[in-house]
Amino acid sequence: MSNLQTETALNIEPIKTKSDHRFLQFWRLFRRKKPAVISFYFVLFLFIMAIIGPFVTPFDAAKPDYNSVLETPSASHWFGTDEYGRDILSRIIAGARISLSVSVSAVTLGAIVGSILGLISGFFGKWVDKLIMRICDVLFAFPELILAIGIVAILGPGLNNVIIAVAFFSVPSFARIVRGATLEVKEMLFVEAEESLGASRLRIMFKHVFPETLPTIIVYYTMNVGTAILAAASLSFLGLGAEPSSPDWGAMLSVSRDYIGTAFHLVFFPGLVIFLTVLAFNLLGDGLREMLDPKMKD
Amino acid sequence: MRDEILIEAKNIKKHFPIKTGWFEEKKYVKAVNGISFHIKKGETLGLVGESGCGKSTTGRLLNGLIQVDSGSIIFNGKDLANASKQEWKKYRQKMQMVFQDPYASLSPRMKIKDILREPLDIHFKNMSSREKDKRVEDLLDKCGISRFHLNKYPHEFSGGQRQRIGIARALILQPELIIADEPVSALDVSIQSQILNLMKDLQEEYNLTYLFISHDLSVVEHISDRVGVMYFGDLVEMGTKEEIFNNPQHDYTKTLLSSIPQMIPKARRKQLT
Repeated sequence: MSNLQTETALNIEPIKTKSDHRFLQFWRLFRRKKPAVISFYFVLFLFIMAIIGPFVTPFDAAKPDYNSVLETPSASHWFGTDEYGRDILSRIIAGARISLSVSVSAVTLGAIVGSILGLISGFFGKWVDKLIMRICDVLFAFPELILAIGIVAILGPGLNNVIIAVAFFSVPSFARIVRGATLEVKEMLFVEAEESLGASRLRIMFKHVFPETLPTIIVYYTMNVGTAILAAASLSFLGLGAEPSSPDWGAMLSVSRDYIGTAFHLVFFPGLVIFLTVLAFNLLGDGLREMLDPKMKD
Repeated sequence: MRDEILIEAKNIKKHFPIKTGWFEEKKYVKAVNGISFHIKKGETLGLVGESGCGKSTTGRLLNGLIQVDSGSIIFNGKDLANASKQEWKKYRQKMQMVFQDPYASLSPRMKIKDILREPLDIHFKNMSSREKDKRVEDLLDKCGISRFHLNKYPHEFSGGQRQRIGIARALILQPELIIADEPVSALDVSIQSQILNLMKDLQEEYNLTYLFISHDLSVVEHISDRVGVMYFGDLVEMGTKEEIFNNPQHDYTKTLLSSIPQMIPKARRKQLT
């Protein structure tokens, strides 16, 4: 049998089908998971709010209006007003920027450091692995929020320190999860094939092993943003994060807890937004995990 | 065929430790237990044996994917045992591997174009991008894959096509020795012969030397000049194809040969049990 004969059918130019594009393929499957899709749009909406929020708020989020203090929700103030007469809806919209930027930058920082550590740990193994994993074990031994409170207590209150604290406690979990994925990918045949081609270890690690661990990282990242929002809000609630006057969701909750018996909406709406945001990130992460984890092969 | 020796293995050994408790005696799997052989330039040495007999380990030892415990490997007159990292990189260029499972040996996230360019990127940092592309396209043509497929991913190909890509990747550095570790055993029988013929054609064209590892005797008979038979880490018999297949000396070889299914039963070889 000659080679020409066997592959003639393949030498016709293939018709470009939609399935050629991995992203479109992915999106078509993803669209079927309703909770994840709704969460995705909600998260997208939050990000848009975080960017354009301050320009579209119906009222100035920082300006007090003493003629309308503690108003219940109405046609002009949809979510009511707080103890200084500030519109709660406007403050929530303005606060999206703070909450998202704090949580996203904290998780990004944690993910970068954690993933690199996990990759090194899993790829090189031996004492490097043991050292990194034992340090992670020590960090795991602290309850996350207590650890964060400790760090903020050392560095002093403020949003930047909240970012560092939240990033710090997400490092070990990223490291551990990426290490696991690396251990799995490292044993795959194509990695050995690269080695036999003469590729250096660094090249194999970053060009071939790392991309295979990306789905795991993406899923974990999404889920962790939810946790980080909650953690940042908790720190602000405890007075360790955003300044009490700023429209941070956690700080809003903290300040208005005195009015919980008299003006229920002061606590309800910021709490609701935090709840929905965390839920959305978690559902989105769940959806992504279902898509990516059982290996989106063929 | 010239008589120059391309690669020689002298008494190479590889024992893998089995994990046991702290106070127990250390045990080893004797994967390769002191074997010696050589391959001449331009010939094909078939290595046969049942699974677990150490033939794949032998291939990996020659390629340096795992280190020998003792013994030496001499490639083109140079001992590889003491070679530095840089030297190894140079040797790797001259000896490439084709792997058994074409589904797993190609990176799933890279396009065919990038998979084939990868070896060039590693070894020829100064080569121009256009030259690399040209080399990739030419070789792909030779291996029977259309250049229209350059932008596709491995999962869009059949097993036979993927193995052609695997062979193209091994050839792109213009090596002298190809270590083919069961290159057709994952493929359909009809595709096997296509791949074997492709390998034969390429051997003639590029004057390649093959170490062909397989458990399938008919495949080895088809492609090899000389055949080595491995059994539990030892090379029990070695000879030309005709010697091994027509006049086997070792008992294990006789048993092995008798297990080949015959077109007409009992026609040629006596069945041993």
